[in-house]
Amino acid sequence: MLLVDKHRPRKLEALHYHQGLSSRLKALANSGDFPHLLVYGPSGAGKKTRIVATLKELYGPGVEKIKIDSRVFMTTTNRKIEFNIVASVYHIEITPSDVGNHDRVIIQSLLKEIGQTQQVDIAAKQKFKVVVINEADHLTRDAQAALRRTMEKYSPNLRLILIANSTANIIAPIKSRTLLIRVAAPTIDEMVGVLKHVAELERFEFSDKLARRVAEESGRNLRRALLMFEALYAQNEVVKDNTPIPPPDYETLIGQIADELLADHSPARILLVRAKFYDLLTHCIPATVILKLLTFRLVAKIDDVLKAEVIKWAAFYEHRIHLGSKVIFHLEAFVAKFLRILESYLMGMEF
Amino acid sequence: MASFFDLAGRRAVAAAAQNSAVPSTKAKDPNRPVPWVEKYRPKNLNDVSAQDHTISVLKRTLQSSNLPHMLFYGPPGTGKTSTVLALAKELYGPELMKSRVLELNASDERGISIVREKVKNFARITVSTASSTQSSNYPCPPYKIIILDEADSMTQDAQSALRRTMETYSKITRFCLICNYVTRIIDPLASRCSKFRFKPLDEENAKLRLEEIAKMENVEYEDGVIDALIKVSEGDLRKAITYLQSAARLHNPIIRPKPKKITVKSIQEIAGVIPDQTIDKLLEACELEKGKSAYSEISRLVQDIVADGWSAGQVVFQLYNKLVFNDEVTAEQKNDIVLIFSEVDKRLVDGSDEHLQILDLALRISEVLAKG
Repeated sequence: MLLVDKHRPRKLEALHYHQGLSSRLKALANSGDFPHLLVYGPSGAGKKTRIVATLKELYGPGVEKIKIDSRVFMTTTNRKIEFNIVASVYHIEITPSDVGNHDRVIIQSLLKEIGQTQQVDIAAKQKFKVVVINEADHLTRDAQAALRRTMEKYSPNLRLILIANSTANIIAPIKSRTLLIRVAAPTIDEMVGVLKHVAELERFEFSDKLARRVAEESGRNLRRALLMFEALYAQNEVVKDNTPIPPPDYETLIGQIADELLADHSPARILLVRAKFYDLLTHCIPATVILKLLTFRLVAKIDDVLKAEVIKWAAFYEHRIHLGSKVIFHLEAFVAKFLRILESYLMGMEF
Repeated sequence: MASFFDLAGRRAVAAAAQNSAVPSTKAKDPNRPVPWVEKYRPKNLNDVSAQDHTISVLKRTLQSSNLPHMLFYGPPGTGKTSTVLALAKELYGPELMKSRVLELNASDERGISIVREKVKNFARITVSTASSTQSSNYPCPPYKIIILDEADSMTQDAQSALRRTMETYSKITRFCLICNYVTRIIDPLASRCSKFRFKPLDEENAKLRLEEIAKMENVEYEDGVIDALIKVSEGDLRKAITYLQSAARLHNPIIRPKPKKITVKSIQEIAGVIPDQTIDKLLEACELEKGKSAYSEISRLVQDIVADGWSAGQVVFQLYNKLVFNDEVTAEQKNDIVLIFSEVDKRLVDGSDEHLQILDLALRISEVLAKG
């Protein structure tokens, strides 16, 4: 079992940071009048951990017994779609964005079905059931519109918890019907505390300095920090303060791409890095992640005057990735643009 | 049907209904938690806040008991659905409403096939006669009402299928379309309806309503909380009420014996408003003097904003408000800045990465500010 899962807090009291938030969630869960929630924050901040703990506070240990169901839904055009549901007696968890454009069908049929029946277990602490919707920011507009009245109409039997990375793609009517809960990423100090706690439980020797370095390298993402920490101890027998932290493979590769681009600004380089881009893409690294990491690697090593310009084009091509169909075009276009800007600047031309 | 034309008698009944409306705003079962939005939904036309023009027109049509097809449009939370539900209730009374009113919204399947079958079938049914007790208390005009809520999310085809249906059965059925954007309703449909625009609530009315609800729910609050609520909700009363309820829940948990007052800060936290300090710091970093690079400072601040989970849309909105109303920025600079905002907003809606976009926005603003 990974350390991340092994030491995941199961109760609201056991959470290490955002004490104010934990006590508010606890108060909500005990008030008997639980609202619809929209939980948002960057990844690795602990959104899911907090929700699972809140569910436990709501219903007791029964929510931890989960099973996976596979259901078949019919679309309006009579196409069958398979959909996986994680469910306990009290709650279900769905990821409607799995089925792409057909998510509206799932929302309409599944939520209504759940909303029309009461809690089966009479001994249950709450009369309503909870539906957790993952990746709510990837729901289509139609699916979100379908949620609007459902949330009001079936509110006696049904509470929704939406999880999203950002609220930008969530339509205003949904936002006005939910209680927004922001889970910020932990600060470096908070992360050091958690890392030290885990190290103590695992009986690792772990200095403050190293903890701080791991926390800073992870970019305030606790999940990543714990994985790095585990990798550090798995790969080295003796861990010292200055032991290099092994970065993920894809980051090493992107670092290589950046170095190659900076070493030689010729069109031949574009051809060279193309193979590496394909390598990354076939390993399912999202194009946005590639472009972002590459940009920050490049920006760190170029002249200050150029930075704003490079960011501008990175933002431009990142937008194109979302609109276009083939991501490789836009990655290469960005590389070509970058080389052009850099070369023009070095030759003293306008860019 | 004798009393149908007896205006004076009907007015007396309506007045009596109004007097009894005050206790009826309370939920039937006080223990069952109901969202306040539902609990305080206006029960008759007089209760609807701040839409005087629309309400007076509707009341007059109510007296002549002839209703045109209607199209309600306006921003969310201004009382469109509430108005039509209240209207239906005043026309038919709670009993008859079930058989005379069909309500369809975006959570129901509303493709072309539904319009052809369900809507058409309902429109076709002859009107049931009202019993004498019902018709003595309510006007009960001889037609049914079909409410199509959130009509702007209906497809064009489905809307076209409605056209003829609306005319053919106009003797026994009235349609009421409700939408946010009137432009998404096809012209042939819009021209068949009389349009009612619902304007965003003005501060005074919203304040009155919020204070009323807070009083009925025994919510205690600091000075300025209501103003903060109105500010963050931008004329959307439903949003303001939901925020008020959320704040009340957070501050008045049952387990704690003494309820605490709601603070302005908690309202802002619930609404996801970014503290002014954070935005000011970012703007300060953008305004660094010439010759110096703003990159390192801006990138650090942006990274913190993203890690703290603030939504990019909110950052864009608050930065925009700060810059556009800042007199130190020249008109020319504002021109350039507004263009950047428009572009970034579009990109965010398309699902671009928030970190890169905010960084780009801040850097480009600083470039424009440095030029002046």
